Amino acid sequence: MHTDGVTTAGAVLDALGDATRRAVLDELRSGALPVGVLAERLPVSRPAVSQHLRVLQDAGLVRATAAGTRRLYALDPEGARTLRHYLDDVWGQALDAFAALAQEESARQEEP
Amino acid sequence: MTRTTVEPVRRSVSVPLTPERAFALFTTRMERFWPRSHSVGTTPPAAVELEPRVGGVWAEVGEDGTRTPWGRVLAWDPPDRLVLAWQLSADWTYDDTVDTEVEVRFTAVPDGTRVDLEHRGLDAYAERAEEVRAALGSPGGWAGILTAYDALAAGERF
Repeated sequence: MHTDGVTTAGAVLDALGDATRRAVLDELRSGALPVGVLAERLPVSRPAVSQHLRVLQDAGLVRATAAGTRRLYALDPEGARTLRHYLDDVWGQALDAFAALAQEESARQEEP
Repeated sequence: MTRTTVEPVRRSVSVPLTPERAFALFTTRMERFWPRSHSVGTTPPAAVELEPRVGGVWAEVGEDGTRTPWGRVLAWDPPDRLVLAWQLSADWTYDDTVDTEVEVRFTAVPDGTRVDLEHRGLDAYAERAEEVRAALGSPGGWAGILTAYDALAAGERF
Protein backbone atom coordinates (compact mmCIF):
# COMPACT_ATOMS: atom_id res chain seq x y z
CA MET A 1 0.00 0.00 0.00
CA HIS A 2 2.82 2.40 0.85
CA THR A 3 4.44 1.37 -2.43
CA ASP A 4 1.50 2.98 -4.25
CA GLY A 5 2.22 6.18 -2.38
CA VAL A 6 5.77 6.19 -3.68
CA THR A 7 5.06 5.20 -7.28
CA THR A 8 2.24 7.69 -7.73
CA ALA A 9 4.02 10.63 -6.13
CA GLY A 10 5.07 12.04 -9.51
CA ALA A 11 1.64 11.43 -11.02
CA VAL A 12 -0.01 13.20 -8.09
CA LEU A 13 2.19 16.26 -8.40
CA ASP A 14 1.63 16.39 -12.16
CA ALA A 15 -2.12 16.02 -11.67
CA LEU A 16 -2.22 18.83 -9.13
CA GLY A 17 -0.03 21.09 -11.25
CA ASP A 18 -2.96 22.08 -13.47
CA ALA A 19 -5.52 24.73 -12.48
CA THR A 20 -8.41 23.02 -14.29
CA ARG A 21 -7.75 19.73 -12.56
CA ARG A 22 -7.65 21.48 -9.20
CA ALA A 23 -11.00 23.07 -10.14
CA VAL A 24 -12.39 19.59 -10.96
CA LEU A 25 -11.30 18.36 -7.52
CA ASP A 26 -12.94 21.38 -5.90
CA GLU A 27 -16.23 20.59 -7.66
CA LEU A 28 -16.07 16.97 -6.47
CA ARG A 29 -15.57 17.92 -2.81
CA SER A 30 -19.32 18.21 -2.33
CA GLY A 31 -20.09 14.84 -3.95
CA ALA A 32 -19.89 12.66 -7.07
CA LEU A 33 -20.73 14.23 -10.45
CA PRO A 34 -21.02 13.11 -14.09
CA VAL A 35 -18.74 14.57 -16.80
CA GLY A 36 -21.57 16.65 -18.28
CA VAL A 37 -22.18 18.58 -15.06
CA LEU A 38 -18.47 19.20 -14.59
CA ALA A 39 -18.24 20.54 -18.16
CA GLU A 40 -21.17 22.91 -17.50
CA ARG A 41 -19.57 24.27 -14.36
CA LEU A 42 -16.06 24.68 -15.73
CA PRO A 43 -14.89 26.82 -18.64
CA VAL A 44 -13.63 23.82 -20.64
CA SER A 45 -15.12 21.40 -23.17
CA ARG A 46 -16.52 18.01 -22.25
CA PRO A 47 -13.70 16.08 -24.00
CA ALA A 48 -11.18 18.23 -22.11
CA VAL A 49 -12.92 17.41 -18.80
CA SER A 50 -12.77 13.69 -19.68
CA GLN A 51 -9.07 13.96 -20.34
CA HIS A 52 -8.45 15.76 -17.02
CA LEU A 53 -10.51 13.10 -15.22
CA ARG A 54 -8.33 10.39 -16.75
CA VAL A 55 -5.19 12.08 -15.40
CA LEU A 56 -6.81 12.46 -11.96
CA GLN A 57 -7.84 8.79 -11.99
CA ASP A 58 -4.33 7.66 -12.95
CA ALA A 59 -2.98 9.65 -10.01
CA GLY A 60 -5.51 7.95 -7.71
CA LEU A 61 -7.23 11.22 -6.81
CA VAL A 62 -10.55 10.43 -8.45
CA ARG A 63 -12.44 7.24 -9.14
CA ALA A 64 -15.36 6.47 -11.43
CA THR A 65 -18.46 4.53 -10.48
CA ALA A 66 -21.36 3.39 -12.66
CA ALA A 67 -24.77 4.79 -11.71
CA GLY A 68 -27.24 3.18 -14.12
CA THR A 69 -26.12 4.19 -17.58
CA ARG A 70 -24.02 7.14 -16.37
CA ARG A 71 -20.57 7.27 -14.90
CA LEU A 72 -20.08 9.36 -11.80
CA TYR A 73 -16.74 10.73 -10.73
CA ALA A 74 -15.85 11.12 -7.05
CA LEU A 75 -12.83 11.86 -4.89
CA ASP A 76 -11.00 8.60 -4.26
CA PRO A 77 -10.93 7.80 -0.54
CA GLU A 78 -7.91 5.52 -0.93
CA GLY A 79 -5.57 8.22 0.30
CA ALA A 80 -7.71 8.52 3.41
CA ARG A 81 -7.55 4.73 3.85
CA THR A 82 -3.77 4.88 3.75
CA LEU A 83 -3.91 7.57 6.40
CA ARG A 84 -6.28 5.39 8.42
CA HIS A 85 -3.78 2.51 8.29
CA TYR A 86 -1.12 4.84 9.58
CA LEU A 87 -3.30 6.19 12.43
CA ASP A 88 -4.19 2.60 13.32
CA ASP A 89 -0.48 1.89 13.76
CA VAL A 90 0.10 5.06 15.78
CA TRP A 91 -2.75 4.27 18.21
CA GLY A 92 -1.70 0.62 18.42
CA GLN A 93 1.80 1.68 19.48
CA ALA A 94 0.42 4.30 21.87
CA LEU A 95 -1.93 1.87 23.63
CA ASP A 96 0.76 -0.83 23.90
CA ALA A 97 3.06 1.72 25.54
CA PHE A 98 0.19 2.88 27.76
CA ALA A 99 -0.39 -0.73 28.93
CA ALA A 100 3.33 -1.05 29.77
CA LEU A 101 3.22 2.21 31.71
CA ALA A 102 0.08 1.05 33.58
CA GLN A 103 1.86 -2.19 34.46
CA GLU A 104 4.74 -0.19 35.99
CA GLU A 105 2.27 2.03 37.83
CA SER A 106 0.45 -1.01 39.20
CA ALA A 107 3.71 -2.64 40.39
CA ARG A 108 4.77 0.62 42.06
CA GLN A 109 1.44 0.82 43.87
CA GLU A 110 1.81 -2.72 45.25
CA GLU A 111 5.21 -2.03 46.81
CA PRO A 112 5.00 -1.59 50.61
CA MET B 1 -21.03 14.62 2.45
CA THR B 2 -22.87 12.02 4.45
CA ARG B 3 -21.48 8.82 2.91
CA THR B 4 -19.15 6.88 5.15
CA THR B 5 -16.23 5.35 3.35
CA VAL B 6 -13.43 5.22 5.88
CA GLU B 7 -13.86 2.91 8.87
CA PRO B 8 -12.93 4.27 12.29
CA VAL B 9 -9.70 3.08 13.89
CA ARG B 10 -10.53 0.86 16.89
CA ARG B 11 -8.00 -0.35 19.42
CA SER B 12 -8.40 -1.91 22.86
CA VAL B 13 -6.05 -2.79 25.66
CA SER B 14 -6.45 -4.05 29.25
CA VAL B 15 -4.52 -2.57 32.14
CA PRO B 16 -4.14 -3.66 35.80
CA LEU B 17 -5.44 -0.38 37.24
CA THR B 18 -8.85 0.86 38.38
CA PRO B 19 -10.71 3.00 35.83
CA GLU B 20 -9.96 6.07 37.98
CA ARG B 21 -6.22 5.49 37.88
CA ALA B 22 -6.23 4.40 34.23
CA PHE B 23 -8.10 7.59 33.27
CA ALA B 24 -5.69 9.73 35.30
CA LEU B 25 -2.62 8.03 33.83
CA PHE B 26 -3.95 8.30 30.29
CA THR B 27 -4.77 11.98 30.57
CA THR B 28 -1.75 13.24 32.53
CA ARG B 29 1.14 11.16 31.18
CA MET B 30 0.48 11.09 27.46
CA GLU B 31 4.08 12.02 26.62
CA ARG B 32 5.17 8.79 28.35
CA PHE B 33 3.34 6.54 25.90
CA TRP B 34 2.93 8.62 22.74
CA PRO B 35 5.17 7.15 20.00
CA ARG B 36 8.16 9.49 19.84
CA SER B 37 8.45 9.20 16.08
CA HIS B 38 5.04 10.84 15.67
CA SER B 39 5.45 14.28 17.10
CA VAL B 40 3.78 17.12 15.28
CA GLY B 41 6.19 19.79 16.38
CA THR B 42 9.76 20.20 15.24
CA THR B 43 11.25 18.42 18.26
CA PRO B 44 10.08 15.29 20.16
CA PRO B 45 7.28 16.08 22.63
CA ALA B 46 8.62 16.84 26.10
CA ALA B 47 5.04 16.95 27.35
CA VAL B 48 1.52 16.50 26.08
CA GLU B 49 -0.94 18.93 27.65
CA LEU B 50 -4.55 18.03 28.13
CA GLU B 51 -6.64 20.59 30.00
CA PRO B 52 -9.10 18.63 32.19
CA ARG B 53 -12.34 20.25 31.03
CA VAL B 54 -14.66 20.40 28.02
CA GLY B 55 -13.17 22.89 25.58
CA GLY B 56 -9.70 22.41 27.09
CA VAL B 57 -6.65 22.41 24.86
CA TRP B 58 -4.86 19.24 23.76
CA ALA B 59 -1.33 20.14 22.68
CA GLU B 60 2.22 18.93 22.61
CA VAL B 61 5.08 20.92 24.05
CA GLY B 62 8.41 20.33 22.32
CA GLU B 63 11.79 20.05 24.00
CA ASP B 64 12.44 23.62 22.83
CA GLY B 65 9.25 24.82 24.56
CA THR B 66 7.22 25.20 21.37
CA ARG B 67 3.53 24.49 21.90
CA THR B 68 1.76 22.77 18.99
CA PRO B 69 -2.00 22.18 19.31
CA TRP B 70 -3.48 18.79 18.38
CA GLY B 71 -7.11 19.58 19.17
CA ARG B 72 -9.40 20.05 22.15
CA VAL B 73 -11.50 18.23 24.74
CA LEU B 74 -15.07 17.46 23.60
CA ALA B 75 -16.17 15.31 26.56
CA TRP B 76 -14.55 14.90 29.96
CA ASP B 77 -16.34 12.26 32.06
CA PRO B 78 -13.81 10.68 34.45
CA PRO B 79 -13.38 7.82 35.01
CA ASP B 80 -15.56 6.45 32.19
CA ARG B 81 -15.04 8.40 29.05
CA LEU B 82 -13.00 11.00 27.23
CA VAL B 83 -13.63 12.47 23.78
CA LEU B 84 -10.99 14.54 22.05
CA ALA B 85 -11.11 16.46 18.78
CA TRP B 86 -8.09 15.44 16.68
CA GLN B 87 -7.51 18.41 14.40
CA LEU B 88 -4.44 17.47 12.44
CA SER B 89 -4.48 17.66 8.67
CA ALA B 90 -3.00 15.06 6.36
CA ASP B 91 0.34 16.82 6.32
CA TRP B 92 0.46 16.52 10.11
CA THR B 93 -0.17 20.16 10.92
CA TYR B 94 -2.87 21.68 13.10
CA ASP B 95 -5.98 22.76 11.21
CA ASP B 96 -9.09 23.67 13.20
CA THR B 97 -11.33 22.82 10.23
CA VAL B 98 -10.35 19.14 10.50
CA ASP B 99 -13.08 17.38 12.47
CA THR B 100 -12.08 13.93 13.60
CA GLU B 101 -12.81 12.50 17.05
CA VAL B 102 -10.95 10.22 19.40
CA GLU B 103 -13.16 8.57 22.02
CA VAL B 104 -11.56 6.63 24.86
CA ARG B 105 -13.72 4.53 27.19
CA PHE B 106 -12.55 2.99 30.47
CA THR B 107 -14.54 -0.04 31.62
CA ALA B 108 -13.97 -1.92 34.87
CA VAL B 109 -13.18 -5.61 34.29
CA PRO B 110 -12.22 -8.28 36.89
CA ASP B 111 -8.45 -7.65 36.63
CA GLY B 112 -8.53 -3.91 36.11
CA THR B 113 -9.76 -1.77 33.24
CA ARG B 114 -10.38 -2.29 29.57
CA VAL B 115 -9.50 0.75 27.49
CA ASP B 116 -11.35 1.06 24.18
CA LEU B 117 -10.19 3.70 21.77
CA GLU B 118 -12.01 4.79 18.63
CA HIS B 119 -10.69 7.39 16.18
CA ARG B 120 -13.62 8.28 13.91
CA GLY B 121 -14.71 10.84 11.37
CA LEU B 122 -11.81 9.87 9.11
CA ASP B 123 -13.98 10.76 6.12
CA ALA B 124 -12.72 14.26 6.83
CA TYR B 125 -9.60 13.05 5.07
CA ALA B 126 -11.51 11.52 2.14
CA GLU B 127 -13.00 14.97 1.55
CA ARG B 128 -9.47 16.31 1.44
CA ALA B 129 -8.23 13.71 -1.02
CA GLU B 130 -6.07 16.20 -2.86
CA GLU B 131 -4.28 17.29 0.29
CA VAL B 132 -3.95 13.72 1.58
CA ARG B 133 -2.51 12.52 -1.71
CA ALA B 134 -0.02 15.36 -1.81
CA ALA B 135 1.04 14.63 1.78
CA LEU B 136 1.25 10.88 1.16
CA GLY B 137 3.10 11.29 -2.08
CA SER B 138 5.81 13.69 -0.96
CA PRO B 139 9.12 11.90 -0.37
CA GLY B 140 9.49 13.38 3.12
CA GLY B 141 5.84 12.75 3.92
CA TRP B 142 3.72 9.79 4.80
CA ALA B 143 5.10 7.50 2.09
CA GLY B 144 8.55 7.80 3.62
CA ILE B 145 7.23 7.43 7.16
CA LEU B 146 5.15 4.38 6.25
CA THR B 147 8.07 2.72 4.50
CA ALA B 148 10.28 3.32 7.51
CA TYR B 149 7.54 2.15 9.86
CA ASP B 150 6.88 -1.03 7.90
CA ALA B 151 10.60 -1.83 7.91
CA LEU B 152 10.68 -1.31 11.66
CA ALA B 153 7.56 -3.42 12.25
CA ALA B 154 8.94 -6.22 10.04
CA GLY B 155 12.19 -6.16 12.01
CA GLU B 156 10.31 -6.49 15.26
CA ARG B 157 8.16 -9.32 14.02
CA PHE B 158 11.07 -11.71 13.37
